[in-house]
Amino acid sequence: MVKRLIQSEYLVLLLSAVYFAALAPFTPGFASTGNLANILSSMLPLLVVAMGQTFVLIAGGIDLSVTSTIALASVVGASVATGDQGILSGNSLATPGGILAMLLVGATVGSFNGAAITRFRMPPFIVTLTTMIFVSGFAVWLTQSKSIFNLPTTFTILGSNVWVALPLVAVATLVMHFALSRTLLGHWIYAIGHNKNAAEISGVPVRRVLLFTYIASGLCAAAASILYTGRLESASPVMGRNILLDLIGATVIGGTSLYGGKGKILWTVYGVLFLALIDNSLNLLNLSYFTIMMAKGAVIVMAATIDSVRNKLLNS
Amino acid sequence: MSSSPRILEFDSVEKSFFGVKVLKAVTFDLRTGTAIGLVGENGAGKSTLMNILGGIHTPDAGYIRMEGEPYAPRNPQDAARAGVAFIHQELNLFSNLTIAENIFITTFPRVAGLPMIARKTVRERARSLLDQVGLSVNPNTRVESLSAGERQLVEIAKALSLDARIIIFDEPTSSLTALETDRLFELISTLRARGISMIYISHALSDVMKLCDDIVVLRDGEVVGKSRTAETSTAKLISLMVGRSIDQLYPERTGRPAAERALSVRNLSQPGIVRNIAFDLHDQEILGISGLMGSGRSELARILFGLDPFETGEVLLWGENLPKPSPRQCVRMGMAFLTENRREEGLCMEASIAENMALVSLPNFANRGGYWIDHGRLSKSLTALRGAVRLTRSARLSQAVRTLSGGNQQKVVLAKWLLNRPRVFILDEPTRGIDVGAKYEVYSLINKLASDGAAVLIISSEIEELIGMCDQILVMRNGEIADTIRRPDFDRERILRGALKQSHTTRTSPVETARHDPESR
Ligand SMILES: Nc1ncnc2c1ncn2[C@@H]1O[C@H](COP(=O)(O)OP(=O)(O)OP(=O)(O)O)[C@@H](O)[C@H]1O
Ligand SMILES: [Mg+2]
Repeated sequence: MVKRLIQSEYLVLLLSAVYFAALAPFTPGFASTGNLANILSSMLPLLVVAMGQTFVLIAGGIDLSVTSTIALASVVGASVATGDQGILSGNSLATPGGILAMLLVGATVGSFNGAAITRFRMPPFIVTLTTMIFVSGFAVWLTQSKSIFNLPTTFTILGSNVWVALPLVAVATLVMHFALSRTLLGHWIYAIGHNKNAAEISGVPVRRVLLFTYIASGLCAAAASILYTGRLESASPVMGRNILLDLIGATVIGGTSLYGGKGKILWTVYGVLFLALIDNSLNLLNLSYFTIMMAKGAVIVMAATIDSVRNKLLNS
Repeated sequence: MSSSPRILEFDSVEKSFFGVKVLKAVTFDLRTGTAIGLVGENGAGKSTLMNILGGIHTPDAGYIRMEGEPYAPRNPQDAARAGVAFIHQELNLFSNLTIAENIFITTFPRVAGLPMIARKTVRERARSLLDQVGLSVNPNTRVESLSAGERQLVEIAKALSLDARIIIFDEPTSSLTALETDRLFELISTLRARGISMIYISHALSDVMKLCDDIVVLRDGEVVGKSRTAETSTAKLISLMVGRSIDQLYPERTGRPAAERALSVRNLSQPGIVRNIAFDLHDQEILGISGLMGSGRSELARILFGLDPFETGEVLLWGENLPKPSPRQCVRMGMAFLTENRREEGLCMEASIAENMALVSLPNFANRGGYWIDHGRLSKSLTALRGAVRLTRSARLSQAVRTLSGGNQQKVVLAKWLLNRPRVFILDEPTRGIDVGAKYEVYSLINKLASDGAAVLIISSEIEELIGMCDQILVMRNGEIADTIRRPDFDRERILRGALKQSHTTRTSPVETARHDPESR
C-alpha cells in the first residue's frame, strides 16, 4: 500500500491535498475563497515558466536564464506599452505591441542559448548562467534600475485578474502537455534526454529539437513575465530574481529528472501547486522570509529523497 | 563431480522480477581451480545468476555457499571482499581515468598513516599486475585510448589486485578480435593453473568447450543440463539450450546480388582513419567487412552514415552524390546503421522497449503535417515487429530496455531499424551477444532482407559469420582495403592473412604504437 502510493505518479498531488487538509484548520484564512484565488494567481506565472523549463530538462538541459528573461521582457514590454513616454504610448496597439515585444525578447534569449549550446557544444549550465548574468545586467542598465509604471489596463488585466489568466494558462498547459506526450517533437525530446547519440544516429534532428526547447523556455519565461508584470501593475528590472529555486524545485518535486529523459507537464503542475501551497501557508503563518526559504529548501530535499526512493522501488 | 574441493555451491537459487520467475531452483557446484561454462539462450538467466553471486541482486530463495560457509553478499563490495570478481557483459571502467587509477579505484595504496595516495607504489603494483595479464602498456595511459580487449585485461588486472578467487566472465569475447580472444584464453589457463576458479558465460559454444572443465546449461531459468566438457558436444549443448536440435548454423542464401548499385564509395579518405576506400554495394547483396579492431571498419561505417567527416572521395547513394551526409539524411534516404555498442549509441536504456523500437520511424507514424503520433497504428506495428525479431515472450513493451537481457537488447536495436524499412543496411556486429538459436533467426532475417531487394553491409569480428553469410568480403587493414574476396574463394586463412599482414616488422599497427607510447601524449 505505502509502496504503491510512493510509486504513484499522483503522489505529489496527493501530498498537496493532505498538506492542505492538515493545515487548513490551524492557518487562519488558508481555505478562504480569497486566499485560494491568491494561491492560484501566484501559481500561474510560476507554472508557465516551469513548463518551459520542463521541456528543457527532459531534453537533458537546463535553463538558468529564465529569471533574467522575465526581467528583461518585463521592462522592454513596459517601455513599449507604458503611458509615460512609451514607444506606443496611448496608441490602441500599446498592449499587443508590448506583448509582442516581450515574446520577442523571450525568443531572442532562447535562440541565443539554444544556438550556443547546439552550435558550439557548450554546456547548458554555463551558457544559460552567463546569459542570466548578462541579461539581468542589461535589464538594469536599460532602465537605470527604475521600475516602469502606468501600464494600460488592457495589459495589466492579464496578470491581475485570475479569471482572465486562468483560461489562458489552462489552454497553454493543455497544448504543452499534448505537445510533449503525443507529438513527434515530444517523443524526440524524451529520446534526446535519454541518449543524445542514439537519437542522432536514429535520425532525430537533435540540434533543431534542442534549439526548440530553449526557444520554448524563453517564450514561456516571457509569457510568465506578462503575468508577473500585470500582477504588479509595473515592470521591474529585478523581477523574477528570486524564483529560480521555486522553479527548479517545483519541476523536480513533480518528478522531472535533472538528468533528462523523464518528466511530464502534469507533474510540473502538481509540483507548482505543492510549492505554491507551502509558500502561501508559510506566509499566512507570518514566518519571516528566511524561515520560508529554509522550509522550502527542506521540502525540496525531501521531495528529491522521495524521488530516489521511488526509483529504487521501481527498479527492484 | 567430486574430484577437487568445491569452492562454490548454488543451492535452489530463485529470483523473480515483477512476478516473473527468471531463476528456478538453480543448483550446481564450482570446483576449486576449475572453469565452469554457463550457457543458455538470451534471457535464460545467466547474467541474473551472476549478478546474485556478485552482490548486485539478492536471491528470493535458496543459498549460495562458499567453501561450505553461507555466502550472501549484500552489495558488490561484499562480493569483492569475499574474493568474487565480476567482468561484466558491458565493461565497467572509468574511461577518463588511467589504467592504474581504475585498478585501484577502491583500494588505493596509501602513504602510511596519511590520507594520501602512494603514487610510486600504485605505479609499481599496477605494472606488476599488467605484466601478469600480459598487457605491455604504461599504467598511466587513460582507459579511453585502449581497445576493448585491452580494457578487458585491465578488468582482469583489477580482479587480481583484489585477490579474487573466483572470476566471472560474462560474454568476455563478444567485443574482442580473434587475436585478443586467443590472448585472453591463454591468460585464463594461466590463472586457472594458479588455483583461481572461473565462471565463463558465452554464446560461442566452441570457446566454452575449449576452455571449461564443466558446463551448465540454463533454459528459462532452470538448470537443464550439467556435465563434464569431455562428456558432451556442441550439438548436445545446443539442443539442451533451445529445446530442439539445430543442424545448420547459416541459412541457405537464396538471392544473388543485382546489377543496381545501392551504395558506391570512391577513393574515400580521411587522414589517420581510412585511405582510398572504394567499393560498390549492390541491391540484394550481402557484403562483409573483416579486419582487426582498429583497422578502420567501424570508423568507415561511421563516415558512410554521416557521423564523422571525410576529406576526399565520394559517397553515392543510388547514384546520388552525398558530399556531406548527415545521419538524418541517411535515415531519410533509407539507410540503417546498427552500431557496435548498443549501450552508448544504440539504445535509450531507461526508455521503454516500445519507445526504442519506434524511435527511427516515428515520423512515419505522425499524421501528415500535424506531427501527431498515431499510437494505435504504432502499437500494432510494434506487436508485429517483436514477433519478427523474436523478442523474449516474457517482456512487456512498456518495460525499460535496461531490464532486458543483453541479447534481447540487441534484438530491440535490430527491430528499431527494421520498422523504418530501409534499403541499405550497415550492420556493425549484428549478432553480438545473441544466442545460437536467435543467431540463425537473425541470419535468416538478413537473408530475407537481401532477397527482398535490400543491400546489406556486415562488419564482423566473426570470420565464420562472414563466410556463412556474404557474397563478397572486404578485408581491412590500417584503414585500407587489403583484400577483396568473392564467395567461391572464401578462405579463413586468406582473410586472417589479409587482416594481419604487416608492411613493417612491428607487431602492432601504427595507431596502436602511437597509443602505447606514453610520453607522446
Ligand atoms: N532488473 C530487471 N528487471 C526486470 N527484469 C529483469 C531484470 N534483469 C533481468 N531481467 C529479466 O530476467 C531474464 C533473464 O535475464 P538475464 O540478463 O539473466 O539473461 P541472460 O541469460 O544473461 O541473457 P543474455 O544471453 O541475452 O545476456 C530476462 O527475461 C530479463 O528480461
Ligand atoms: Mg546476459
